[in-house]
Amino acid sequence: MTQTPVAPPELGSDAPATPPPVELRGISKRFAATAALTDVSMDLRAGEIHALVGENGAGKSTLVKILAGVHQPDSGTILLKGEPTLIHGPAQSRALGIAVVHQEPRLFPDLTVAENVFIGHAPSGRLGSIDWRGMRRAAQGLFAELDVQFDVGAPVRGLSMADQQLIEIAKALSVDAGVLVLDEPTASLSSHEVERLFAIVRRLRDRGVAILFVSHRLDEVFALCDRATVFRDGRHVVTADTRELSTADLIRHMVGRTVSLFPKVDNPIGEVLLEVSGLTRVGVFRDVGFSVRAGEIVGLAGLVGAGRSEVARVLFGIDRRDSGEVRLGGKLVDFAAPSDAMSEGIAYLPEDRHQEGLVLDFTIAQNVTLPILPRLFPRLIVSGATERKVAEEHTEQFNVRMTGVDQEVGALSGGNQQKVVLAKWLASGPRVLILDEPTRGIDIGAKVEVHRLISELAAKGLAIILISSDLPEVLAMSDRIIVLHEGRITAEITRDQATQESVMFAATGSHRADEGSVAAATTAGEPPHG
Amino acid sequence: MAEAAVGARPARRNWLMAIGRQRELTLVAIMFVAGAGVSMIAPQFLSVSNFSQVAVLASITAVAAIGEAIVIITRGIDLSVEAMIGLVAYAVARSLELHALDPVAAVAMGLGIGLVLGMVNGFVVAVLKVPAIVATLGTLSIFRGIDYVIAGPHQVPLAGLPAGFSDVSIADVFGIPIFVLVTVVVVVVGMVLLRSTRFGRQVYAVGSNPEAAAILGIPSRLVVFVAFSLCGLLAGVAGVMWVMEFGTINGTAATGMTLAIVAAVVVGGVNTLGGSGTLAGAAIGALFLGFIANALILVGLSQFWLQAIYGVVILVAIGSDQIIRRNVQRANTRSGAR
Repeated sequence: MTQTPVAPPELGSDAPATPPPVELRGISKRFAATAALTDVSMDLRAGEIHALVGENGAGKSTLVKILAGVHQPDSGTILLKGEPTLIHGPAQSRALGIAVVHQEPRLFPDLTVAENVFIGHAPSGRLGSIDWRGMRRAAQGLFAELDVQFDVGAPVRGLSMADQQLIEIAKALSVDAGVLVLDEPTASLSSHEVERLFAIVRRLRDRGVAILFVSHRLDEVFALCDRATVFRDGRHVVTADTRELSTADLIRHMVGRTVSLFPKVDNPIGEVLLEVSGLTRVGVFRDVGFSVRAGEIVGLAGLVGAGRSEVARVLFGIDRRDSGEVRLGGKLVDFAAPSDAMSEGIAYLPEDRHQEGLVLDFTIAQNVTLPILPRLFPRLIVSGATERKVAEEHTEQFNVRMTGVDQEVGALSGGNQQKVVLAKWLASGPRVLILDEPTRGIDIGAKVEVHRLISELAAKGLAIILISSDLPEVLAMSDRIIVLHEGRITAEITRDQATQESVMFAATGSHRADEGSVAAATTAGEPPHG
Repeated sequence: MAEAAVGARPARRNWLMAIGRQRELTLVAIMFVAGAGVSMIAPQFLSVSNFSQVAVLASITAVAAIGEAIVIITRGIDLSVEAMIGLVAYAVARSLELHALDPVAAVAMGLGIGLVLGMVNGFVVAVLKVPAIVATLGTLSIFRGIDYVIAGPHQVPLAGLPAGFSDVSIADVFGIPIFVLVTVVVVVVGMVLLRSTRFGRQVYAVGSNPEAAAILGIPSRLVVFVAFSLCGLLAGVAGVMWVMEFGTINGTAATGMTLAIVAAVVVGGVNTLGGSGTLAGAAIGALFLGFIANALILVGLSQFWLQAIYGVVILVAIGSDQIIRRNVQRANTRSGAR
């Protein structure tokens, strides 16, 4: 508005010959109480690979979903080739030439490769019937363009993640998409597969496709992308040429979220309660070793997919380890099922409290006593009075806002539900408490209360593992922080040395000295094959 | 301020939930209203003898429906109940006809066969992990096939049963038919089992949230196995009642009963997706369907309408459940969002 070009608005001669394929202006999106995106503006140019980086919860996924038509922005404008456009749904997004490749490919496993490529727009022959032969030939043509070999008549089931991703990309090509969004495409690929993907993405860029590349791996951002945009807390922080940025710059832009005050108290720390060494689950995490002392809060930091919850699931006996040792109070343990872990005094507050934490049809009292039914009622008969009494004892200290322990859990707010989950696990009298994202999706007041509770529990001598994507939370609550990156521990940082930058460096796997992997990824010469 | 806000929301929610919860009362109310209408057309509807006849017939469905309800609450389904009832009925009737067993032993054998058949279902579903709908479709066919092979074209006539055996169905204690008493006992025992025992709590937990149940260390497969076994046992009870009620038994006894049994469970308010519902609801659902059948005959509508009307009743029951659940959910998220 302030800089007014002299040229008249119609057919300005000095205006760029073609407006960018995608331009976002002032996009905002809220989900209930949380602002996912606030006043975000950016553009994607034809023939560029544009990186989008940010911490967990920075708003990257929301932006991808808005482009994909899954969500509609609350305010702001999307301009496609200069035209203000409303994207009502995924079908329209595709029709507008935007192709989104999600992190987890969304294919139909029982349909063939060709059918998946042309799902929704199969070439039709006479009388409107599907032209099967034409479809297979067209699919073969697309894969030839990508320089990969595929049996397009084979079902998708059983293909590797990398191959499935290529099918998604072929799908994008089949509609002649001018905009390609790749959401964490390399998360589950081997380094060879990453190279093949990069070669294809570069070829598409050279054909003039605008590509948005969402990634946690900063080395890939530098190896592949022309420009990079950083989001933080749903806001646009910076967009710059990757040549003008360093890893340290990117990380500095990513971190620095607003910190609220947590009542972390320093507790006396006792002897080692839980000791993990060489813990490995093939393909998920490798050689993880750490220890937690009584009264200590150990933070497990890392980006989504780093393997934090997976480590917790093994410690709690939900999944089995492939190798490594777990010692509890000096004793070697091996849990075949969660009930084993519980009887040894481990409690696990799962990431998804609706899916795994609570039985929503049950009352508060019924939920609290569920894990301790055998202990509470050894003679099989459940007494409602005893149950209520136990539930009242355990919910009291948590300050749960409820009409009474007979209230259904489903009717409580998120924060209060989380308190019930905590009460439930504490009723089982654990020695080790694993908290997986204990404050996700709950309001700030409840959050502070949960933090106070965690501190109090540590003061009582519990050994606590705190898994959280909320970096300020991990920093404020933990006595020690263990950082995971792609299934390996990349740093162990004490409380006084931990900063958002140091944790993020380790979480993105970007050691300051490490340059080898960047060089490796830049060599795109090798011809890919399927 | 906060007090008022907290108070206002549950009011609406409780009202909606109350309707959702009180399915049993809703059904009874509908029966009263519809009954009043029917009795104007057919005054004999209101007679004591008609009521007890309806209740006795419905008892067989009700007992089987209680077992079915336990299975459905765990997120399963048992399509083989009718074949279990049929097989038990023929085995009991035939062993009596041959004087191979005295009546008490025959009844015990009937219950035993039901339990074993239920355990077979439980084994296939919980241990072999075959989806319940497929597993029990298979055993439906197997059990009925065994029934056909054993029975052949033979039919046990009423006269083949020991004197007095089929009189149980018309006997009463202080005016209450024995079948109704049996049903009430089964409901009460079942309700105590589900409400006040660890097993019962686990049945609801497994059906409501299998993931949470697994994380809590609940032995889900054992729970499912026991649920199917109980369903078989109750099908055995229903099979014995069938012999007492009808007397004349061949290899096709109880064919097509599964529809009525599942309908009773669903109409009685048990969530088809598992996790909620009461056994009293299932029993009242059976009574409700019995009254509809009775009313149709008395009003003079053809029996052939019955099948279609059962279908409509099922759809109405499930449809209203969905609407209520959606409203409750909406009320919850509205308050939860704050």
